[in-house]
Amino acid sequence: MTLIELQDVRRSFTIRTKAGRLRREKREVHAVDGLTFGIDAGECVGYIGPNGAGKSTTIKMLTGILVPSSGRLRVAGVDPARERARLARRIGVVFGQRTTLWWDLPLRDSYELARRIYRIPDARYRANLDRCVELLDLGGLLDTPVRQLSLGQRMRGDLAAALLHDPQVLYLDEPTIGLDVVSKARVREFLREVNTDQGTTVLLTTHDLVDIEQLCGRVMVIDHGRVVYDGSLDGLHAAGQSERTLVVDLAEAGPAIEVAGARVVRVEGPRQWLAFPAEESAAPIVAAVADRYPLVDLSVREPAIEDVIARMYAEVAIG
Amino acid sequence: MIADETRSAKARWALRSWWLVAAMWTRATMAYRASFFLMLAASLAATSLDFVVLLLMFQHTDRLGGWSLAELGFLYGTSGLCLGLANLFVGSVDALGDRIRTGTLDTMLIRPAPALAQLCAERFSLRRLGRPLQAVAVLVWSLTVLPVHWTADRLLLVPLLLVCGTVIFSAIYIGGATLQFWWGEARELQNSLTYGGATLIHYPPTIFAKELVAGVVFGVPLAFVNWLPALRILDRPDPLGLPTAFQYASPIAAALCVLAAAAAWRAGLRAYRGTGN
Amino acid sequence: MDTSVEAAADTSAQLRPERGEPGPDGRPEGAGRQDIGRQDAGRRQAGRLYLAIAQGAFRRYSTYRAATVAGAVTNTVFGFILAYTFLALWQARPGLGGYDSVQAVTYIWISQSLLVTVAVWGGGFQDEVQERFRTGDIAIDLYRPVDFQGWWLATDLGRAAFHLFARGVLPTLAGALAFSLTLPADPLVWAVFLLAVLLAVVVSFGLRFLVSLTGFWLHDSEGIRAVMLVVAMFFSGMLLPIGLFPGWLGELAHVLPWAALIQIPTDILLERRSGFAVLTGLGFQLLWAVLLLAAGRAAQLLATRKVVVQGG
Repeated sequence: MTLIELQDVRRSFTIRTKAGRLRREKREVHAVDGLTFGIDAGECVGYIGPNGAGKSTTIKMLTGILVPSSGRLRVAGVDPARERARLARRIGVVFGQRTTLWWDLPLRDSYELARRIYRIPDARYRANLDRCVELLDLGGLLDTPVRQLSLGQRMRGDLAAALLHDPQVLYLDEPTIGLDVVSKARVREFLREVNTDQGTTVLLTTHDLVDIEQLCGRVMVIDHGRVVYDGSLDGLHAAGQSERTLVVDLAEAGPAIEVAGARVVRVEGPRQWLAFPAEESAAPIVAAVADRYPLVDLSVREPAIEDVIARMYAEVAIG
Repeated sequence: MIADETRSAKARWALRSWWLVAAMWTRATMAYRASFFLMLAASLAATSLDFVVLLLMFQHTDRLGGWSLAELGFLYGTSGLCLGLANLFVGSVDALGDRIRTGTLDTMLIRPAPALAQLCAERFSLRRLGRPLQAVAVLVWSLTVLPVHWTADRLLLVPLLLVCGTVIFSAIYIGGATLQFWWGEARELQNSLTYGGATLIHYPPTIFAKELVAGVVFGVPLAFVNWLPALRILDRPDPLGLPTAFQYASPIAAALCVLAAAAAWRAGLRAYRGTGN
Repeated sequence: MDTSVEAAADTSAQLRPERGEPGPDGRPEGAGRQDIGRQDAGRRQAGRLYLAIAQGAFRRYSTYRAATVAGAVTNTVFGFILAYTFLALWQARPGLGGYDSVQAVTYIWISQSLLVTVAVWGGGFQDEVQERFRTGDIAIDLYRPVDFQGWWLATDLGRAAFHLFARGVLPTLAGALAFSLTLPADPLVWAVFLLAVLLAVVVSFGLRFLVSLTGFWLHDSEGIRAVMLVVAMFFSGMLLPIGLFPGWLGELAHVLPWAALIQIPTDILLERRSGFAVLTGLGFQLLWAVLLLAAGRAAQLLATRKVVVQGG
């Protein structure tokens, strides 16, 4: 079942920039430029792209905060722009950089207010709160004002607040930004639980690709307001023309070796780095090296996803 | 009929949302009781200063623009009470620019409660009772010393003007705050309408230029808060010579203000969300 | 969206003194061991530093353009309303308090023009200090190589210079167009007036600095600020010239520091003080400025000691 559906969604802004002392120039900026995709119930999708690519604009349209300039958009059967309040009960939103909790009030008060505003039935509320408190280890924090929480604690508090009303969709905008390693791991653990056990559909934007690797079966890369890649993480490597690296330790230092199907990218004493297309097998290259040079040791390194995506952005920029 | 029902359900839900948020903030501020009472006392003193100035002025004269201190007390009490209540109920809306800048407005927009109700109730604090409390004291004093010839219409006009005045000031708060959708730092501008307006109608209309008086009858209808009804209650001639009907017209002015503020709020929110950009 | 506030915040962050390495006594290492010539150079350098701080504050405030216009309009609206009330009062009592009605109306417009410059309501650097308390950075501020009090004074002078221009010109012009005002023709009077405004800002700074430093001892100095606002509005002559206060209240108001904020500069511009009275007026301001700055210095030392004992 398709839970989120976008058809040729566009969103432009008019930007006024200073031109000279008093004059201001108007400029049309297309933050989102013809997005078409669908997300099925139960998916966990990573939505990535460089700053200004249109990620936040997309999230704001999917929550009903922003109205699309054109195109069709449906979330859980609702048009977000028209029925924002109705949609609000079906979605949960977490912004990594700001909280949806009440800053000066204890966590418990924020949750209690959410219970009333979302009209969550008592039993449901208690069950959900207990589960979140347990999974996110919030027990000792419920009476602490939000402003006194650390970033990691606050993020856990925000996650619980977003899930108390059993949303069908959970949007996460940079949920692990600024967190330490332990907090990140805990947040990811929790999200996996929510996605797999509860069946909540998750859409998350992030700069931390480990989030994607550990959570998302599907990745969408957006740049300049358009989807430039949509598919599995593995497929991303192929699409990004990524290269694997063969590291060989030779018996002695020498000039760069020559092997068909690979090229030397780095030489350091007896150790040399050879790059070759990720989808090719390493076996024939290893055989060719061993055939012609005294080989002591070797290893194969997988491509870093950061490099893949960086290359992808660069291509879009040039193209 | 159905449309009416959903509209009234919506209004009830908006009021209930306001109440939920305001009640939560009240509980939170009451946790620091000493600080609360200190701030309430400071607010009481600060807002009483305006009346102290009136008292000092009347040390030197017994009439201002032909009106006595007790009559000014009536104007002061009604104006201060209406402004104070409006400030208590919806005054927080004037932080709209900050809420936009910090993204708090976005978080309000993704909750299933009206954003305006949430904005008005955000940081609700009973310490704002300072102004209405001292205004009530002055109003009661003025009503006990004024030789008003009480008739049924005059008796009715007093509660009516208090309700309508509160609504008019509330509409001005909301309408003025809406400007911040386009002009984020304009917060202080609406002070000239709210606090400036309240100061204006502390004083009798006879001391101001006729153009200014006409401006607050036909422009920003502050004259309907207390000036026009007061002319009837205190049995004074209208410096503009308007028909007597104006003295009873506060509900109409209040309704127009509410419509204007609602339209401004919708336009602002549409601009913010980019509807029909 | 207008981003000038963030831009201003960035500037202010850049302008803050570096978290440099102060010597063991909190001053740059070697201070006091330099020869006279180098001390002179050091003094010139410090002067340039404070000037740069003040200029930075001036520029920072000048980026809040919409807020400045909105504020000036508000001062103008209040000027109109209060001018009419004074006209009514002086119509009933001509020559009250030694002012004629034109002087009384001028008094209103000048006081509205000065209100924000001399920060009768508080604010200016106080908001920034409060933010430093909130974030806990205030303890670090005490140990910077730039003097804490001097830094904030320079900031506030820069702010005041901007506000004198930006919040003063519009109300004065509007008042002069709509009412008949009496403004001096003698440039010397204007010069003395500007000096009085400078001293008024320093006195106001001295008061606000003390209020801000209470944050080292009190959980929340918001209450004190609220009380100070009431006292300052009343005793500065902002609401009514002090000469109109009855009996002992008037005598008290004349010697309290708040008289230095509005009453004295306005009386100088209205030429109600001339000759020797100008000197006593300025002397009164100077006396309070010195006393308050000294008190602020003492409070700062106490605060530093407290932070040392508690380890920040």
